[in-house]
Amino acid sequence: MKVTFPHMGHLWLILKTALEGIGLEVVVPPPCTRRTLELGVRHAPESACLPLKVNLGNFLEAKELGADTIVMAGGVGPCRIGYYAQVQREILRDIGCDYEMVVFEPPDVHFSEVWDKVKYLNRRPWQEGVRGVILAWQKACAIDLLEQELQRLRPREVKPGQADAVFQRALRDLDAAGSRGDIKRIVKRVKGEMAKIPRYTDRQVVRLGIVGEIYTVLEPLVNLHIERRLGALGVEVVRGLFISRWINDNLFKGLLPLPGHNPEKTAPPYLNHFVGGHGWESVGDTVTFAREGCDGVIQLAPLTCMPEIVAHSVMASVQEAKGIPIMTIYLDEQTGESGLQTRLEAFIDMLLWQKRRQAGKVYNGRGRNPCQETMPGCLRGQ
Amino acid sequence: MEAIYLGIDVGSVSTNVVAIGESGQILTTVYLRTRGQPVRAIQEGLEQVVNALGEDIKVAGVGTTGSGRSLAAVMVGADVVKNEITAHAVAASLAVPGVQTVIEIGGQDSKIIILRHGIVTDFAMNTVCAAGTGSFLDQQAARLGIPIEEFGRRALEAKSPVRIAGRCAVFAESDMIHKQQQGHPLEDIIAGLCEALVRNYLNNVGKGKEILPPVVFQGGVAANAGMCRAFNRALGTEVIVPEHYGVMGAYGAALLAREMKPGASAFRGFELIGREFRTGGFECQGCANHCEVVELREGRQLLARWGDRCGKWSNAVAV
Repeated sequence: MKVTFPHMGHLWLILKTALEGIGLEVVVPPPCTRRTLELGVRHAPESACLPLKVNLGNFLEAKELGADTIVMAGGVGPCRIGYYAQVQREILRDIGCDYEMVVFEPPDVHFSEVWDKVKYLNRRPWQEGVRGVILAWQKACAIDLLEQELQRLRPREVKPGQADAVFQRALRDLDAAGSRGDIKRIVKRVKGEMAKIPRYTDRQVVRLGIVGEIYTVLEPLVNLHIERRLGALGVEVVRGLFISRWINDNLFKGLLPLPGHNPEKTAPPYLNHFVGGHGWESVGDTVTFAREGCDGVIQLAPLTCMPEIVAHSVMASVQEAKGIPIMTIYLDEQTGESGLQTRLEAFIDMLLWQKRRQAGKVYNGRGRNPCQETMPGCLRGQ
Repeated sequence: MEAIYLGIDVGSVSTNVVAIGESGQILTTVYLRTRGQPVRAIQEGLEQVVNALGEDIKVAGVGTTGSGRSLAAVMVGADVVKNEITAHAVAASLAVPGVQTVIEIGGQDSKIIILRHGIVTDFAMNTVCAAGTGSFLDQQAARLGIPIEEFGRRALEAKSPVRIAGRCAVFAESDMIHKQQQGHPLEDIIAGLCEALVRNYLNNVGKGKEILPPVVFQGGVAANAGMCRAFNRALGTEVIVPEHYGVMGAYGAALLAREMKPGASAFRGFELIGREFRTGGFECQGCANHCEVVELREGRQLLARWGDRCGKWSNAVAV
């Protein structure tokens, strides 16, 4: 049995460790590229959302490397991911691409539903298998920790790209790490390297929260490396979605005591119900980010994503009530990079102007407007 | 010698150059069709500036904007490179003090910019759908055999505009053909089209935004009197078309260059009008992304490369 799985950001590293830990031979699909997208688009239904298409491309590329079994995530909510695996299985069968599919989803009735599948895949004595899964979990936490450091560094580094290079090296090392001690050593070393990167201390940094559908938030091919772009524009990105949390929420049913999203506490009165996918979390996180003093929020979603459309429709009222600018970006296969870049630049310009205005006094409508002093001079009352 | 600031807006359909003086007054404007050759258009634009203002000028700053802003910046040596939204907002606030809404409809895209107390608070941009943009109007005018300049005037002659589906350019066109075949007069169809495009704009671009007066309408399509009237009716307020509505992006870029007041401008001189620039491209085979890398050369010298995702080629050029 040679197993593979779809890409989603750094998920590959974690899944690879876990699956190898239970004694399976793993084929990591080649990194997502335009070819992946083209393969997926060719065979997927036109109206399906983008993640399904890219996943399918991953499977086809992994097949070329000899994979025969797919480990796939499912779902039980209104989001379409619930039937991705089924649709993909049919498509693969139709085009003569032979695969076995093992679908992990939140248990419907009992945790044993997940357990049985693990038992089916497991090739090792239980103790060893568990050790592998724990190692994978520790890697997930390490990656998320280092990535948050990366997000803080990007807008401040003097030479753009340095922090990213360190992070990419860290990923390679973490992939090879075989024990908890290894992981700890790597994290310590990388933190040290990151601390040494020369940075600006006086640069005005905009803080921006990213919310939205998890796949578009985490997969750089699909979001056109939005976090790197924003970093280069002098933006510190924060987000609530991380793989470690997602695993905890979806597969362990939130058994581990990690910082959760708690949309039931943060999203009302704007959105009072679960709407599928991460729609509820998008609204909740936006409120949280506004409370924490972020300058703005960007919502990402694949075109036609129902949960995020629902979230989008209430964002206007969140924006008004919380006074935080929100921009929604729908991503699809034909998204041009220049269109995205223009929107991001304009959004940042806007946030900077508003930030400067907030630093000044509030204009009462009489006399000279003190706010205008902080704007580009050509806008000053002429 | 007079110090001037240049703003260059390289769009998909038109390339505009505006020269302003030290106090912000517009000295000359140039509106050209890009025709898929931005390099040529920029050179021609600069040539017309020299023709209009004479040789005795000193360029104190250059700003570029539009989808070709990076290319233009490398080619002419720009001090400010700004996105179109900021440039349009800056220009509109100066042309109409106190403006609260900017409607901009250009060749390939349309935007809405909301300002409050002189600061941009919200914006939206439509680049996916061609309905409601200048290109679609151009195409329909050509199909009906009417010069685009007359399109708006004919719309004003309509007695009862017909209803046309404006959600999609394809639907709009088939609807128009259907109405034509039914025998509706051309004026009513044109006016109906203008109303449909305004509806489409307000639903797709302006959705959910509070459109408060004063409303400024700019971009090439603002020349169309039929569109202006359709906006007036739909919004219940008179839209203001500024004098230089067609070149507001370039005007904004020039204003931003003046605002920056660079010590010494990066401008490479009007000599570049006569120089030979070439753009070329190749497909990188480094990975499965097969990025289409574009390069700009002046004679033999490589000025810049872009289009690669990983930075392998663009970083290799020291600009």
